[in-house]
Amino acid sequence: MSISVKEASGITTYRSTPDYLDQLEAEAIYIMREVAGQFERPALLFSGGKDSITLVRLAQKAFAPGKIPFPLVHVDTGHNFIEAIEYRDELAEKIGAKLVVRYVEDTIKAKGLKEQTGKNASRNWLQTFTLLDTIEEFEFDACIGGARRDEEKARAKERIFSFRDEFGQWDPKRQRPELWNLFNGRIQKGENVRVFPISNWTELDVWAYLKREGITLPSIYFSHERELILRDGKLLNNTPVIETDPEDQIVTRQVRFRTVGDMTCTAAVESSAATLDEVIAEITISRISERGETRIDDQQTEAAMEDRKKGGYF
Amino acid sequence: MDLLRFITAGSVDDGKSTLIGRLLYDTKNILADQMEAIERASKTRNTGEIDLALLTDGLRSEREQGITIDVAYKYFQTPNRKFISIDAPGHIQYTRNMVTGASNADLAIILVDARHGVVEQTRRHSLIASMLGIPHVIVAINKMDLVGNSEDAFLEIAKSYTDLAQKLSIRDLTIIPVSALNGDNIVDRSVNMNWYTGETLLQVLETVNVLKDQNQDDGRFAVQYVIRPQTEELHDYRGYAGRIQSGTFKKGDLIKVLPSEQESKIAKIEFGGNEIEEASVLESVTILLEDDIDISRGDSIVSLNNSPIVSQDIEALVCWMDDKKQLKAGNKYVLQHGTARSRCSIRDIEYQIDINSYEKLDAESLKLNDVARIVLRTAQPVAYDPYQKNRANGAAILIDETSNVTVGACMIE
Repeated sequence: MSISVKEASGITTYRSTPDYLDQLEAEAIYIMREVAGQFERPALLFSGGKDSITLVRLAQKAFAPGKIPFPLVHVDTGHNFIEAIEYRDELAEKIGAKLVVRYVEDTIKAKGLKEQTGKNASRNWLQTFTLLDTIEEFEFDACIGGARRDEEKARAKERIFSFRDEFGQWDPKRQRPELWNLFNGRIQKGENVRVFPISNWTELDVWAYLKREGITLPSIYFSHERELILRDGKLLNNTPVIETDPEDQIVTRQVRFRTVGDMTCTAAVESSAATLDEVIAEITISRISERGETRIDDQQTEAAMEDRKKGGYF
Repeated sequence: MDLLRFITAGSVDDGKSTLIGRLLYDTKNILADQMEAIERASKTRNTGEIDLALLTDGLRSEREQGITIDVAYKYFQTPNRKFISIDAPGHIQYTRNMVTGASNADLAIILVDARHGVVEQTRRHSLIASMLGIPHVIVAINKMDLVGNSEDAFLEIAKSYTDLAQKLSIRDLTIIPVSALNGDNIVDRSVNMNWYTGETLLQVLETVNVLKDQNQDDGRFAVQYVIRPQTEELHDYRGYAGRIQSGTFKKGDLIKVLPSEQESKIAKIEFGGNEIEEASVLESVTILLEDDIDISRGDSIVSLNNSPIVSQDIEALVCWMDDKKQLKAGNKYVLQHGTARSRCSIRDIEYQIDINSYEKLDAESLKLNDVARIVLRTAQPVAYDPYQKNRANGAAILIDETSNVTVGACMIE
């Protein structure tokens, strides 16, 4: 909240300018409430990562003292970090939210899908099928996600209310104009809207907010010793779901995860940052972007994210 | 530290993307891997020199055509402020994107090519900035290096721009000679233009007062959602969730609900479930009233002794955004204003505005990118303030009832 003081004259004057975190928070809460006000069956896409943890806190504040009026939905690739999954379950229970989990594994079996094989195999792309099935199953008309525009160049062009057709597709050239804070969530049955309340936040803003709010995070975000696969300069979790070959080295390092996604495409960073303050200090001086450092999936082509989104990705 | 949102507008090849790239680069907001990616991409192209424009050209089709096709956002900060840069395309058919980007901007940077001076696009972008009520405008006269960094050339363009600005309502205007390519007067003061003693672009960006731009006088609050936990301990709780559009509200304030005209008093204001003393413009809070009255999404809570206009007949400037269908008198749409939606019909197109000459023209219909003054009638009364007095409560959009697409941006007069 901005600080304002009453002076003797009775005129309100501002002692200080509003803080950017308050401004971003107020905007995100406004967006959350627009979703609840405009849609019949919204959902919050929750992964146990820091961005969706931020969303949950914002949703709590938006609807307090009531509960969050929509379920948390997680698309589980089966290759997620156990720490994130445990955190997800504990949080949902603690705040009394409804949690819906759907498994990529089940989609693969039901649809007879072919999984990628080999050392860089990932279920990242397959998540889209499970997500679209889940949207259909529950008839979700709006899905709130934790994507930020500073993450990636295709995301920098996406609307806060991002319209998807009945096939879940994003068409960057036919986006609805988004004016002022007048979000247009009118859709036909079968279509849906992806909503990104923290579009205007940066990675550092998220960390600063988590610190200010005193939120605990899954332990993998902080420095710990871990056995890893060293491949092409990137450190991947040493787990049976990642196939190794003789060129890979198994190493033990002091690391933390800067983003928490599917294990097959999320790399660790060497770090001694064990607290929120140390993490914030580390990111502040870091000269490499979040996804550039940790995401293998974005680096396959110059337009990797753009192409995935057109296909219905988060 | 606060936040400033600014939009950059200019013609194709005015060097907009280069300017943003330069701002990011000189304020050390480009990360190592992003820089490497740009270096890689620059090498595969023409001259091989590092092209800072590649930082903002995001989509594949943009990189292929070398133009910006949609509104792009960039985030950076200096020790004094956080910035959201909105990059609006300069290409002629994409005027609707500039209106979109401008709608949320505190400040506009309008680029002028020093070799060409004030051109049609400059007039167009300035009109949009003025019409959308952007409080601060910086005219950056770019490519000064290509006119020999000449003070005379700068003064001549500055003079013709000042003449132009007099026809518009631009509240705060700054004109700066720059070279985005060389970094002159962007972040660092130019050594090539010693005759210029004014502020650099970044100095202006860091110091404009955006708090003053907010309407702090008229208490307006659009109800987004009604919080009713209906649990045992909160059985009678009824909180109105929304964002303060303008002014300030505090406990004990007398209020009026619109359009129903019912009066009550604020019992409590809450934020995140905790009681707060007062709430002012842009804060997202929950208001509880002393009386149990019927209020739902779309209603407004306003200060009792300071009422907006409540009417079904509205006159507005509209920027038409649909490339498929034209706006004509008699057409019906959905008007979204605040959190309220109402069907409406277009009564009349009073006149179209030629966005280059600013002349008023007769028009039977409006096509994509046309700007006009229209008269419309809504099915339900709308509680509005004139846009130029209150941006948050004077803005509205038109939605096509069949396609559901946003087709018009309205500034209520």
